[in-house]
Amino acid sequence: MTLLEEKQLSFAEETKYATTEHHEPSGLVKWLTSTDHKVIGKSYMFTALVLMLIGGAMALIMRMQLTSQHSSLLSLQQYNELFTMHGSIMIYLFVGPFAFGGLANYVVPLQIGAPDMAFPRLNALSYWLYLGGSIIMLLGFFTASGAADFGWVAYAPLSSAVNSPGAGPDAWIAALILTGFSAIFTGVNLVTTIFYLRAPGMTMFRMPIFVWNMLVTAILILIAFPVLTSALIMLYADRHFGMHIFSVKGGGVPVLWQNLFWFWGHPEVYILALPFFGVVTEIIPAFSKKPIFGYKGMVFATLAIAALSTGVWGHHMFTTGVVLLPFFSLMSLLIAVPTGIKFFNWIATMWGGQITFTTPMLMCIGFLITFLMGGLTGMFLASPPVDFQMHDTYFVVAHFHDVIFALVLAAMGALYYWWPKMFGWYLNDKIGKIQFWVLFIGVNATVIPWYILGLHGMPRRVAVYKVGMGWHALNIAATVGADITGLSFLIFLLNIYLSWDKKVKAPSNPWDAGTLEWFTSSPPPTHNFTRIPPIRSERPVWDFNHPDAIAIAAHGQESPLANGRSPSDGSNGYAQKDTALGSPKAGTTGMDKSS
Amino acid sequence: MKIEGIVLIGIGAFMAVVSVGYWFWSGEPSGTAMLIGAVLLGLLPGGYYYWWAKRMKPRPEDRPDATTREGAGVIGSFPHGSIWPLVFGAGAFLFGLALAFGWWFLPPALGLMLVAATGVTTQSRRGGAI
Repeated sequence: MTLLEEKQLSFAEETKYATTEHHEPSGLVKWLTSTDHKVIGKSYMFTALVLMLIGGAMALIMRMQLTSQHSSLLSLQQYNELFTMHGSIMIYLFVGPFAFGGLANYVVPLQIGAPDMAFPRLNALSYWLYLGGSIIMLLGFFTASGAADFGWVAYAPLSSAVNSPGAGPDAWIAALILTGFSAIFTGVNLVTTIFYLRAPGMTMFRMPIFVWNMLVTAILILIAFPVLTSALIMLYADRHFGMHIFSVKGGGVPVLWQNLFWFWGHPEVYILALPFFGVVTEIIPAFSKKPIFGYKGMVFATLAIAALSTGVWGHHMFTTGVVLLPFFSLMSLLIAVPTGIKFFNWIATMWGGQITFTTPMLMCIGFLITFLMGGLTGMFLASPPVDFQMHDTYFVVAHFHDVIFALVLAAMGALYYWWPKMFGWYLNDKIGKIQFWVLFIGVNATVIPWYILGLHGMPRRVAVYKVGMGWHALNIAATVGADITGLSFLIFLLNIYLSWDKKVKAPSNPWDAGTLEWFTSSPPPTHNFTRIPPIRSERPVWDFNHPDAIAIAAHGQESPLANGRSPSDGSNGYAQKDTALGSPKAGTTGMDKSS
Repeated sequence: MKIEGIVLIGIGAFMAVVSVGYWFWSGEPSGTAMLIGAVLLGLLPGGYYYWWAKRMKPRPEDRPDATTREGAGVIGSFPHGSIWPLVFGAGAFLFGLALAFGWWFLPPALGLMLVAATGVTTQSRRGGAI
């Protein structure tokens, strides 16, 4: 290496991964003004989890109401407000922002070797819009009219100024306009970051699947969220300026609201799900000690799910009688194909691997089981004859809660998996396992009685129900299940406290995982990387740490050893460790850790 | 750059097939309009990326054999912090309150947003990203 080259090398490392020096503020000022994606990501996750606890408490109150047929715990009005706000908080403010605002914000720049998100100030603005929107939504409870009570879908004409007067519904609309803009900004930021800030050698088909899924999620956000935000502005104009877009009286079309809402609402399901598919696709290979099976298949499955999901909104509207049943049924059923590909790839990744059943891995296996149940019952509902029977019963409630609970399991897995990276210390694995079993049992004990209740015809969104229908015992079972689920989150909080109290320090790569975020220190420094390993496969850190491991080519990928690992790469400064030395040892499995 | 373009064009092309099929099968205007929006969202940026990919050398992040050194140079200025997102967010929060509770929130809301927009523009002029 010549002197000039050496100079260039140090220039490369210093200028690319550390930019202009500022004096750094600390404490509250740092949190309020930070544009660091790691700080913003953590703020997002913290806020989303607090909102989840609030929304979960609402769910437990509703379950308490339903333990007896004619409970007087809540008035009908209060019950309506609670189920509306529970749904709104969980869908708009918890699962989505936790995934694309929190996890993606934190993990994506680290996984592609970027110093920050592409637009750091816009990123910070996204968070403040989200926080402001969340506060406004909760303020609805303090208005004279009470919080919004028209369901989280706000169907016209129930959401009109005549049927739902007052400031509570307006606060709901305003909150969603703000969080809608927040989501759009995050989407723009993610796409730009992934397109422009990848490290050298990190080609599109070497990105971790989590990054691919976040890219596709961000594109879906850009397709779907503008529709919701503009529909909400129309609804607001209807309520206040006499626009009559959604009211028959002035020549409008109420069902137009459903079209607009679900054009956002169904892609939204995948905006929530795809990030957690990505999480599972990171965690399963890490604890199976194998590369992901079918990398390209995973990418195309993700793209196919996203593309199909934009043409299925009508399956929420089968019973309106004004949608094209065969089209939407066909498109909805087709989504089973790419989702099935993903499931088989996850199972094939575990197949023959050296699986360690840590908490994140258990959470992912719980996700597989729970999401399979939610997905398959979704297939039932995609068939119009079944949907006509099941629409607005507890069967639908059970279906989508199964799906969302699966995502919550994956979210918990993600927290246990990336926690050491985010904070530099582990969450306790033993307590984590207890939490997993409590959560998994609680979820199923809640949801399975709901399926049966739905088949027995219990409608959703009712605060009181008839005696003698055989619903009572099942409702008690569901309430017990919900309480067990709630308990699991108390165990999680306890785990955070106990693990914080007796910190076990985490190294930079505690799980011996392969993606780039495990190369930098735990927690990562400002602007993330002081150095970057050569990127020659979708597991650069694994290649770096296990240079003599036999390369298992990911299915459909060229072997990383065969692919450009020439001695000329020695110029990157990691020559000794990087270069594949001689031919791989015969008989080794590729899982040996001798390096 | 090429694959980025192809991904977006692919999404746009798929949505084009869907929207044509949907229009002829259902004749329902609102869904068709939204699907056409999705087509444009794929084709416009995708076409732009592809157009550029044809006219430029592959970037280091597009090449499987690129070394770390090739990423040399300043890739952008990333601020450590900025007060303006918070100020703009506060303005937007007041704007939301104005929508829900009363128009008198509007002047401070617009004021804060204007100040923040000015602030963030001058700040990013001095260096780097939005």
